[in-house]
Amino acid sequence: MTTLTSPSPAGAPGSSDERTLAVAASLRQVDARRFRTDRIMQVLVYLAFALAMVPLVSVAWTVVDKGIDRFSPYFLQHSMRGVFGGMDAGGIYHAIVGTLEITAGAAVISVPIGILTAIYLVEYGTGHVARAVTFFVDVMTGIPSIVAGLFAYALFALFFGAGARFGLMGSVALSVLMIPVVVRSTEEMLKLVPNELREASYALGVPKWLTIVKVVLRTAVAGIVTGVMLAVARVVGETAPLLVTVGVIDSINYNLFAGRMMTLPVYVYDQYSKGLAPCSSSATDCITTINYDRAWAAALTLILIVMLLNLLARLVSRYFSPRMR
Amino acid sequence: MSQRIDVKDLNIYYGDFLAVQDVSMAIEPQSVTAFIGPSGCGKSTFLRTLNRMHEVIPGARVEGTVAMEGVDLYGDDVDPVAVRRQVGMVFQRPNPFPTMSIEENVLAGVRLVNKRISKADAAELVETSLRGANLWEEVKDRLAKPGSGLSGGQQQRLCIARAIAVKPQVLLMDEPCSALDPISTLAIEDLISELKRDFTIVIVTHNMQQAARVSDRTAFFNIAGTGKPGRLIEMDETGVMFASPTEKATEDYISGRFG
Repeated sequence: MTTLTSPSPAGAPGSSDERTLAVAASLRQVDARRFRTDRIMQVLVYLAFALAMVPLVSVAWTVVDKGIDRFSPYFLQHSMRGVFGGMDAGGIYHAIVGTLEITAGAAVISVPIGILTAIYLVEYGTGHVARAVTFFVDVMTGIPSIVAGLFAYALFALFFGAGARFGLMGSVALSVLMIPVVVRSTEEMLKLVPNELREASYALGVPKWLTIVKVVLRTAVAGIVTGVMLAVARVVGETAPLLVTVGVIDSINYNLFAGRMMTLPVYVYDQYSKGLAPCSSSATDCITTINYDRAWAAALTLILIVMLLNLLARLVSRYFSPRMR
Repeated sequence: MSQRIDVKDLNIYYGDFLAVQDVSMAIEPQSVTAFIGPSGCGKSTFLRTLNRMHEVIPGARVEGTVAMEGVDLYGDDVDPVAVRRQVGMVFQRPNPFPTMSIEENVLAGVRLVNKRISKADAAELVETSLRGANLWEEVKDRLAKPGSGLSGGQQQRLCIARAIAVKPQVLLMDEPCSALDPISTLAIEDLISELKRDFTIVIVTHNMQQAARVSDRTAFFNIAGTGKPGRLIEMDETGVMFASPTEKATEDYISGRFG
């Protein structure tokens, strides 16, 4: 290395050769320490990934393994009406209906509120109000789901008296959990829209609100859809708030505005908490573990629904995302 | 279809910071006016006050008057949206809308404001605007393809087509060639010479040769130091400015003996 820095007399024979050799040597020099650190970090990263995959694979495997036996078209198409004991019957149709309706209701409530809040925060809000909104959105993110359920219960008890239970209450409870997620993800997506596009639109004489609707939202729509779907996935598996607000029922109820409804997570909880079914030794049509089997199959259905929603979100966002060619 | 702009005693602020001080100038119709000066001297800031784009930035404001044919653009009864429809703008970096096709980009000024336009009128507007921007021959077979698939120079000409499709009186260009290669730059410069038949053009440039080539009048802005406001030093016919400027600072800047 010293040959590189030491000034050699200009024109001295061999000096430029010497320098070339030194450069060549330094190019071939291996920094063993950096090399080792690189390897160690690489191993750590892969290890962390593998570790994170363990519970995921385990859960997926267990649910499929235990749920697949009960999982059948019959199971998907029938409710629990008139099913008791260890009967080899019953299904989750009523729970699927409940989950889809209540979650859709929650999305209808929270998506407009969430997106409008995010638009306010990114495009309009400055100073105290915006900071307060951001703060309370953060606080809302941390609300335990059972508290959201109790909030909805207390809210509706004001109008319908204590003990009222129907689907919309569940939707309201879930929307309390969903709104902060939608606000946060939409906010991030709107911030990603380059300011140049807003300016380009203003410079064409487009008013601010049309710029937001037709340029900003249109550019961010793919990300917003993904965020909304993640929020849906977050609430579709909620159990406690639905137990408090929507209750439990064995038969089908399509009406979101009256009467109890069943939902998949509550169904899983309900079945599992029933435990083993008592079967007399002479009974032929009796399965002792039927309640557990139904719980696992319902859990499998729930996972499949979330996966389908995710797939749908990907298709939608691919359809909307900007194409280059 | 172009208008004269008279600027009088204009002070431009970002919050409490005075960015440009005391500018008065006249911008002649159907001509090209170039703004030159070192970075940070307020050329772009000043340009953005001419179509009220300056106030889009939170806290930004101006004092003084910018009058177009006698109407103060900053008057109480003037809608900034209406100003921007009369005074179009092309930005430093090409910024076509990524979600729109070439055709939709050209029509953006019409479609984004929910104006109804017949298919035939739309097709005609697209063709005349793209021809006006010297882009028609290159893109006529792929109008439905995304605008972001074009080259940088083509994208910039698409942005010019988009701006002239609104039929403004004045076209502001904020260093429109700084992100482009020499060939695209030449294409845009040729275009500017053609466009001045119909529009009043104001262009900010860092390229002295470009100012000399395309502009009829040149304004030199300078800044005394960091944190001080930029000022208009002098403004004259481009030939005079480059051959025999009155101010020493202008001569130094133009001959490269500066900064």
